[in-house]
Amino acid sequence: MEQLIRGGTVLDPSQNINGRFDILVKNGQIAAIAEAIPETGCLVLDATDKIVIPGLIDLHTHLREPGGEAKETVETGGRAAAAGGFTGITALPNTNPVLDDPRKISELLALAAKAGHVRVWPVGAVTKGSAGRELAELALMHRAGARAFTDDGHGVADAFVARNAMLYCQALGVPFFEHCEDESLAGKGQLHEGVVAVKLGLPGITKSAETVMLARDLILAKETGCRLHIMHLSCQEGAEMICCAKAVGVSVTAEVTPHHLLLTEKAADGYNTNAKMKPPLRTAEDTAALCRALADGTIDAVATDHAPHTESEKVGDFSSAPFGIVGLETAFPLLYTHLVLTGRLSLMQLVDRMSTRPAAILGVPGGTLRPGAPADLVIIDTTTEWVIDRTAFLSKGKNSPFHGWAVYGVPALTMVDGRIVMKNNRTW
Amino acid sequence: MKGRSFLSTANLSLAELGELLFLSQDYCGVNNNHKLLPRTLLRGKMIALVFLEASTRTKVSFERAARNLGADIIDLQTGASSINKGESVMETAKTLQAMAIDALIVRHASSGMPSFLADNLYIPVINAGDGWHEHPTQALLDLLTIFQEFGSFAGLNVLFLGDIRHSRVARSNLFAMKTLGISVRMSGPATLVPPEMKALGAEIVTDIDQAVAEADVVYLLRIQWERQQSGFVSSLSEYSKLYGMDEERLALMQSHAILLHPGPANVGVELSAAAYAWPRSRIEAQVNNGVAARMAVLHWLLADD
Repeated sequence: MEQLIRGGTVLDPSQNINGRFDILVKNGQIAAIAEAIPETGCLVLDATDKIVIPGLIDLHTHLREPGGEAKETVETGGRAAAAGGFTGITALPNTNPVLDDPRKISELLALAAKAGHVRVWPVGAVTKGSAGRELAELALMHRAGARAFTDDGHGVADAFVARNAMLYCQALGVPFFEHCEDESLAGKGQLHEGVVAVKLGLPGITKSAETVMLARDLILAKETGCRLHIMHLSCQEGAEMICCAKAVGVSVTAEVTPHHLLLTEKAADGYNTNAKMKPPLRTAEDTAALCRALADGTIDAVATDHAPHTESEKVGDFSSAPFGIVGLETAFPLLYTHLVLTGRLSLMQLVDRMSTRPAAILGVPGGTLRPGAPADLVIIDTTTEWVIDRTAFLSKGKNSPFHGWAVYGVPALTMVDGRIVMKNNRTW
Repeated sequence: MKGRSFLSTANLSLAELGELLFLSQDYCGVNNNHKLLPRTLLRGKMIALVFLEASTRTKVSFERAARNLGADIIDLQTGASSINKGESVMETAKTLQAMAIDALIVRHASSGMPSFLADNLYIPVINAGDGWHEHPTQALLDLLTIFQEFGSFAGLNVLFLGDIRHSRVARSNLFAMKTLGISVRMSGPATLVPPEMKALGAEIVTDIDQAVAEADVVYLLRIQWERQQSGFVSSLSEYSKLYGMDEERLALMQSHAILLHPGPANVGVELSAAAYAWPRSRIEAQVNNGVAARMAVLHWLLADD
């Protein structure tokens, strides 16, 4: 079967393409990119006035299954991903039970295959039960399909355990994903240790709770040669440390979330539980520094840290509410509107950070429209305004601080392996 | 102001604070003369006390204030922990609301719990202390005590000494005092004085003796034993030596200056027995004023025109 995507502005950082092209898709692969490909009885998808980019890839998705099906499932998370323009997502291991052995990785992959929608790459736990003590069976999980390892939700507190895990990851050639949080510093903190926390009378989380573990991990990554990936970087100091580490040859990459780029601690004022997440929203200096670091490549990728929770969990007094917000359906439009349209990032850079580089970090196909690559792509509507309505999300999680924001750059069509998995917010 | 909740001093205007203080001052007179109590003002109103954290004086003070105005009281005696989480507190509050209760007076260990309740109820919620956040009626009674002493707030310099970080009393007072134009200074162990208090309008000082000598009001905050266990201070005895109010420090105070404490005081820790009994200590006046200030708040929120 052939499909012709006609008349769109095609952007592909992997080939440095930016212009008006037609794309021919054949047998699930990109067959050709050229100006004016003749139509030969194939299905034509009109992309006039729209942009066509490689499918987005999310390095940080919580699908909650097994154990948290009231919050999200592999199926609903996949739909939300397709709606947000993602063709591939990760499945983070902090489920119940934790994804910490090869059988659970296989089961997750089976759920993903059944759900269809988008590609799902499992990320295995570093330690058994993510308890931070005994290493999980990293090599066997890798064989079963785990593409990276993390104890996300927690950092690996014990430096010896972290170092051994890095040696395993180095040998397997996969990245070690770290949630940097020193829990002796973070304590029972609820939001950034800053003026809002002090005003609201809530325990704070200092930047050092993040950067202390980050510094340790950079040292261990240098020593072990492991590919270290820093999850959800939240502060200026962290970006500076990663910049220095890269300069001295540490094999480190980093991600930042849309919310850490666009929101500050002020979003939590008035006890807004939809602005409660880890690491916490910091200050305006931090969002500016993170944005610069994303533009100059110090930060490699945008990741959503999509963390769905039920309404009844998230509605309550601030201290009882769980950490985390959803992000799959809003990530691209938010950043297109607030970083690209404001001139702080080029569209090419945004696509690179949300597609090409995440694919490289994870070592998975995608992130390119090169002929021969799988036809994983998104058509983006840049002209129609969308007022974000959390009640209309396909994700089960409605916990978003961006409800009511007006944005542009909404995905109109998502294609995985040449199959249309989303069109105009309908998913298959 | 009828029907509004009373959650914080941060959103009270200068005019509103003035109105509440004058009303409190009026009630101060009648409070000590039972024959003059306006026992019909809130007749027929039913007020529920929902105290999910230990309290003696605040609870009794609210109860006294409500009875003085003729309201009926339901005291939700409960094994606090069973309904302590946000969701179940809300369920309890909605149950009370459905029984045509006119107002809830809430104390809870979680900062923000009263505003969460107020956001979801149509009856007024009165904050009787939430976590480290606010204790607005305490600030009102403190301001009344200060006003009675000085007759004005102009040019006053108030020093808060002690565990600022965990103090809802310090926060409620700070927000109201900034509105009233009072200079606020704060001091204590570095672990317990968040630098962000500066952005909220306080001056953070380290020379305690000098600050005491310059203050019109020295407000001592309670330091709790748990702060030693959780590593904020090395020992209460060290705390007492460095930050406590003893005779030596009392001697530094200006002759017109007064001493306040929200109670219950740890005599021998944040202040010595001599300081407690010092003639210019106004700790007992604060307790007495608490009833009047709470009468004013109940009047303000609940009285029919």
